[in-house]
Amino acid sequence: MRGRKVLQYVLLMAVAVVVLFPIYITVVNSLLSPDTIGHRPPVLFPTHPHFGTYSTAFHEGHLGTYLRNSFFMAAVITVGQVITSVFAGYAFAMLRFPFRRALFITFLSTLMIPFEATVITNRHTIVSLGWENRFPALIVPFLATGLGTFLLRQAFLGVPRDLHDAARMDGYGHWRFMARVAVPLARPTIAALAIFSFLGAWNQYLWPLLVTDTDRLRTVQVGLRQLEGTSIQQINVTFAGTVLAALPIFALLIIFQRQLVRGLTAGAVKG
Amino acid sequence: MRGRVVLDGVVKRFGGAVAVDHVSLTIEDEEFFVLLGPSGCGKSTILRMIAGLEDPSDGTISIGERRIDGIDAKDRDIAMVFQSYALYPHMTVRRNIEFPLRSRSVAREDRDRLLAEATAALRLEGLLDRKPSQLSGGQRQRVALARAIVRRPVVFLMDEPLSNLDAKLRVQTRAELVDMHRRVQTTIVYVTHDQVEAMTMGHRIAVLDRGRLQQVGPPQEVYDRPANLFVAGFLGSPPMNTAPGEVTPEGGVRVAGGELTVQAAHGRTPVVVGVRPEDLSIDPDGPIGATVAVVESLGHERHVACRLADGSLWTALIATRDTVPHTGDTLRLRPHAGRVHLFDASTGERIATG
Amino acid sequence: MPPADVAEAAAQEEKAARAARRRRRVREAGLGYLLIAPALVVFGFFAFYPLVRTIQLGFYRTPPFPGLPNKAVGFSQYRSVLTSGDFRHSLWVTVLFGVYTVPTGVILGIALAVLAHQRLKGIGVFRTIFSSTVATSVAVASVIFFTLLNPQVGLFSYWLGKVGGSGILQDPTWALPAVSAVTVWQNLGFSFILFSAALQSIPDELLEAAHVDGASAWRRFRYVTLPLLSPTVLFAAVVGGIAAFQAFGQIDLLTRGGPVNHTRVLVYYLYQEAFQRNNDGVASVIAAALFLISLLLTAAQLRFLERRVFYAR
Repeated sequence: MRGRKVLQYVLLMAVAVVVLFPIYITVVNSLLSPDTIGHRPPVLFPTHPHFGTYSTAFHEGHLGTYLRNSFFMAAVITVGQVITSVFAGYAFAMLRFPFRRALFITFLSTLMIPFEATVITNRHTIVSLGWENRFPALIVPFLATGLGTFLLRQAFLGVPRDLHDAARMDGYGHWRFMARVAVPLARPTIAALAIFSFLGAWNQYLWPLLVTDTDRLRTVQVGLRQLEGTSIQQINVTFAGTVLAALPIFALLIIFQRQLVRGLTAGAVKG
Repeated sequence: MRGRVVLDGVVKRFGGAVAVDHVSLTIEDEEFFVLLGPSGCGKSTILRMIAGLEDPSDGTISIGERRIDGIDAKDRDIAMVFQSYALYPHMTVRRNIEFPLRSRSVAREDRDRLLAEATAALRLEGLLDRKPSQLSGGQRQRVALARAIVRRPVVFLMDEPLSNLDAKLRVQTRAELVDMHRRVQTTIVYVTHDQVEAMTMGHRIAVLDRGRLQQVGPPQEVYDRPANLFVAGFLGSPPMNTAPGEVTPEGGVRVAGGELTVQAAHGRTPVVVGVRPEDLSIDPDGPIGATVAVVESLGHERHVACRLADGSLWTALIATRDTVPHTGDTLRLRPHAGRVHLFDASTGERIATG
Repeated sequence: MPPADVAEAAAQEEKAARAARRRRRVREAGLGYLLIAPALVVFGFFAFYPLVRTIQLGFYRTPPFPGLPNKAVGFSQYRSVLTSGDFRHSLWVTVLFGVYTVPTGVILGIALAVLAHQRLKGIGVFRTIFSSTVATSVAVASVIFFTLLNPQVGLFSYWLGKVGGSGILQDPTWALPAVSAVTVWQNLGFSFILFSAALQSIPDELLEAAHVDGASAWRRFRYVTLPLLSPTVLFAAVVGGIAAFQAFGQIDLLTRGGPVNHTRVLVYYLYQEAFQRNNDGVASVIAAALFLISLLLTAAQLRFLERRVFYAR
């Protein structure tokens, strides 16, 4: 039995090294000088770390600006998606109105429309609205989500009927019920959706690429494209920039581990 | 002797906590042996160690002549019935029952024969092509049993198999299990927290509390001669009455303002006196005075709960045809001769019965 | 009160009550529409309208010089683009990309999940490491590997023996596999988390029962674990398939569709036509094809989820 345990640990370590190595070497290289990076045999540990690369990436590499832009964009999109999903989910779950079923199916059908197929027209729309290179272009197309509405409707359907009846007898209107009862009860779903939305918005690449081309508004993901083009003399700055770009999400992963798992597996695993 | 299970000094630690504390037991071949105790007492852990799902931290376990605590669970020739039945939800009943045979590469003809026998024994004809989700609770339990017996193992392990059934089904299945045991003539190690199951099904009971073995013996013996206060209180419903007492120099016991004659009482050790409700009679000349608190009528018997002089609450069991006392009446109780137990007040051990 | 008045009063009360109920229903419906309006507006402008417009744009050939009007050509543009070698090649590249990334991702995800499912001390650290790539975006992963595969100074180029020249990402044979490998690595975290959750939903008692029943570790995996994982496998496969068809970022950052269009997936082809060659007509046809393929894949996903293979209760 003992031998098998050792084998399991060895296997785990081997896989962990393979998975982690690209990230590890990126962090290491971000602290080395360009010459050391090109040194053969390769240097695997920074004995004299250069922290200056991070400052260069942040300022001259504009990563500070990019991070700020990404953060605001993702935050606004998240808030927007949560609000519209809560509203729509509540309406579909709790209210009766004509064509409700057809409208819900319409909402769901947006899941079948790949964003990539709509970019041409959407870009025309943005340009004609005069939003090119302006903040609304980044967020308005994404303020609603069919998946979010579906999830919140599920969550609200799970609110016991009795609660609703009792609230009605206490004189609660729909707004108050939504705010005081339904939303608090749906908190786990909302948290999962928020994580999912934030992550999705943060990671967007194609759309920001199409609607922004100034450093002032560029997001982190597109900013990395700029960074990629830097010369070999500045290769350590590229690595530093990559670390800076990934850092916020790493932090998010650690803090919100549980909700993250929920968000990613929403609708995938039963039970 | 193939089905004889011996546990020698078995210990199981989980981190800092000791779940099983130096338990030594011998379970005889073909015996229906019950491990009884409250939740957390270690009975399930012992069962899992016999199964091989946990390894003992210390001590040895043997089945037959073979020491098994180093052997993997799948090679131990035992079968286990789980509390939740653990039926494979994606397989039909037939496949569920055949699974142990397929796992051991049993030849097709033998497999079919054994399957047919198990199916007949547990009346599962007609259900073979259903999935577990399409069966009732009782049917699922029978499938779990069929899967266990199909291999003709040397020992059966059962972990509270009746606790998920409703009361009526439980009584019926109890009888079926005893009958099955008689037919297959194989050792059964049975875990339960229900003392009725233990009393009615077991050849011998092992009572456990917090990882320690309290007493082992045939049900009636454990009932009539409990080793300590814990065993005395765990078996029997309504539970044994107890009250603190004092041994008198003359050899009697003073309790609750009355005095009892109990043989073999010695010393001035403080004791706890225990008398079962069915061993108390209402007698105007009885030694112990009491005031009736509540009378419960169960149809076939009455429970008369009374307050003794020292505040203890004692229950006497009387037949329905006897005169009914009323709340507030004062009466006197007389324990039957030879049915009074004395327990050491500090250790809980039974020191005398008289 | 005389009986006629009583009856009349009752009838009036009834009418008032009905009117009140109707008002309430109208109010409720109004609130309902109000609440779904914001989302509906967004969908209308940025999902439904573009879809229709894109299909429509496919019917117009974009002139070679800007300023000239589009020419309505009916289905001929659809036909010519969809049968063109460029489109077929791009479709093939995309399918190949899917074949490279989806099964690999699923198998590795299951393998890692099983590996990290043991009750060993410190297993939490390994689980965190295995899920760590979920924090990397396509862009982050691509830039890391782009730099590490740099022909002059990239560490991976050195280890792969491809120093000098144009490097592995410009090698027609290896460019697509390399891009696929980057994609698989980046998705590993998500795949691991997904299958870990699925693995955890399988009751321990089921595997213990199989163990006691005499099944070896492999048998337990093949006959108990795997069948119960199959709904998740299907989900991962379809989601992965859809993602493969929508891949863009890693192509843009690693190979720009080269070398010689060997990594030009559908979305990249669309991007080139629409935004580099300003050929909206052709690009719209590609977009319409993309929509159709996505539709089929998503419909398949919904169908599989309906059936819930080997659903464990």
